[in-house]
Amino acid sequence: MRDLISIRRNPVLLTVPAVLLLLVALGYPLAQVVLRSFTDPQPGLDNYIWFFSRPVNLTVFWRTFEVSAWVTLLCLILGYPYAWMMTAVGPRMRMLMILCVLVPFWVSGVVRTLAWVILLQDSGVINRVIMALGFEKLRLIRTQTGVIIGMTQVLLPFMIMPLYAVMRGIDLRLVQAAQSLGARPALSFLQIYLPLSLPGILGGAVIVFILGLGFYITPALLGGPRATMLSTLAQQQVLQQLNWGRGGAMGVILLVSTLLLLAVAARFTRRRYQIAGGSK
Amino acid sequence: MSRFQRTLIGLFCAAVALWLVAPTLIIVPISFAEKKSLAFPPDGFSLQWYANLIRNPEWSNSILNSLQIAAIVSVVATVIGTLAAIGIARMKPRGGGVIRAILITPMIVPGVVMAIGIYAVYLDHQLVGSLTGYVAAHSMLAIPFVIIAVGASLSVFDTRLETAAASLGASRITTFFTITLPLIAPGVLSGLLFAFVTSFDEVIVALFINSPSRKTLPVQIFASMTRDSDPTVAAVGTLIFLLTSFIIAAGLWFGTRRRRA
Repeated sequence: MRDLISIRRNPVLLTVPAVLLLLVALGYPLAQVVLRSFTDPQPGLDNYIWFFSRPVNLTVFWRTFEVSAWVTLLCLILGYPYAWMMTAVGPRMRMLMILCVLVPFWVSGVVRTLAWVILLQDSGVINRVIMALGFEKLRLIRTQTGVIIGMTQVLLPFMIMPLYAVMRGIDLRLVQAAQSLGARPALSFLQIYLPLSLPGILGGAVIVFILGLGFYITPALLGGPRATMLSTLAQQQVLQQLNWGRGGAMGVILLVSTLLLLAVAARFTRRRYQIAGGSK
Repeated sequence: MSRFQRTLIGLFCAAVALWLVAPTLIIVPISFAEKKSLAFPPDGFSLQWYANLIRNPEWSNSILNSLQIAAIVSVVATVIGTLAAIGIARMKPRGGGVIRAILITPMIVPGVVMAIGIYAVYLDHQLVGSLTGYVAAHSMLAIPFVIIAVGASLSVFDTRLETAAASLGASRITTFFTITLPLIAPGVLSGLLFAFVTSFDEVIVALFINSPSRKTLPVQIFASMTRDSDPTVAAVGTLIFLLTSFIIAAGLWFGTRRRRA
């Protein structure tokens, strides 16, 4: 009984099991990655010097960012109108649109990538359509384009959901007010709706970009040696070369890039809210 | 906005919806292929790849392993995650926010980085390929989803109901099981489903910590895809697709029921 009373006074006690599990199953392993990147095979910065002195590694590093940037842009272009439409249709249609987003969201990434392998392979559906139209066969699988196509489809739900969450809260009377004062639709969109939806754009873009940086399955199955990304490289170092130090260093570089991006995004969002005079 | 523009955006959205859903559906016809090939459209019709799932121990064992791990994980993650969500909701906003942010980190840490670290620790402690190993790693990954789902339920929960129960003489435990839990049940249930799916689909960590004697289904699918063109992956993919769609439909159904109540 005394335990229960102390829980009532200190609700933080209820979070202890979760925090403990997190420390054991995530904190300690991450510490090991960092430790090994500096100590394996000998103490020092060797692994990091090795990483940044090899052009191959730097190519993969930049490619990882480039692919994520393309995927983020494509997701935004495809997701923005879709999320807007979700706010403009009736409840039944909206449910259908949500379902279209949620089903792929929860269908395993491996299975969805399998579908893309079938579609994009050299004798696949897409190439047969292209050839039937009289064009040259395209190399899609084991290329960067293939990876971008697959990743965009897998990550699109992560863009649409935050966009929709923000757009749902936008007061459309503000847009109507602008138009009643003579603003043309394009202007009222650019000056009113777009700035109001910016938190959603930013939130979605950050999530998609970060998840894109760490993507493993899709690049591994759809990309070839010429489309390797950082995750695959790190995995090869550990599982194939048994080089924990180098693999760990790559992991740390990936993790630090992710955290830096998040920090920048968090700062940027806060400033925006201040400019907008938001109360939240 | 003109009617024309609206129709144009509508068509665009229909295309996006198609692009989201249709590619995955291509695996359904392929799962009935007659020859051992992943070509589309497939020739003939057969159920041999579905039969293969049961007959081939590589597949049947990995399915059973995944189901077992996901079942345990969904219970462990739901209990621990629900407790944490309640704790967070009762803490002061600032402290609760910090704890919540910490517990949600598994969602943003790149999978490979976690996997390398977990593999290193598991090698040191003979946990590679063990049930405990899978359950610990997958529960850690699933807890954020439980916290988010239960947290959403708790945010609309009226704590005065608990005070009322207590003032009428109910003990803390009675209050929890008769007042709090039934009211947040939809959130707990969707957290449970999310935890199950998270574990059942998880592949990166499992790729590192699997052993020949205990492999999960996604690892088996991944291995099969990198090895040859075996339509068994399409058969199992079709089943996963149906199961997941069913679970989401159930989740949405519970979600809408809560709003009506």
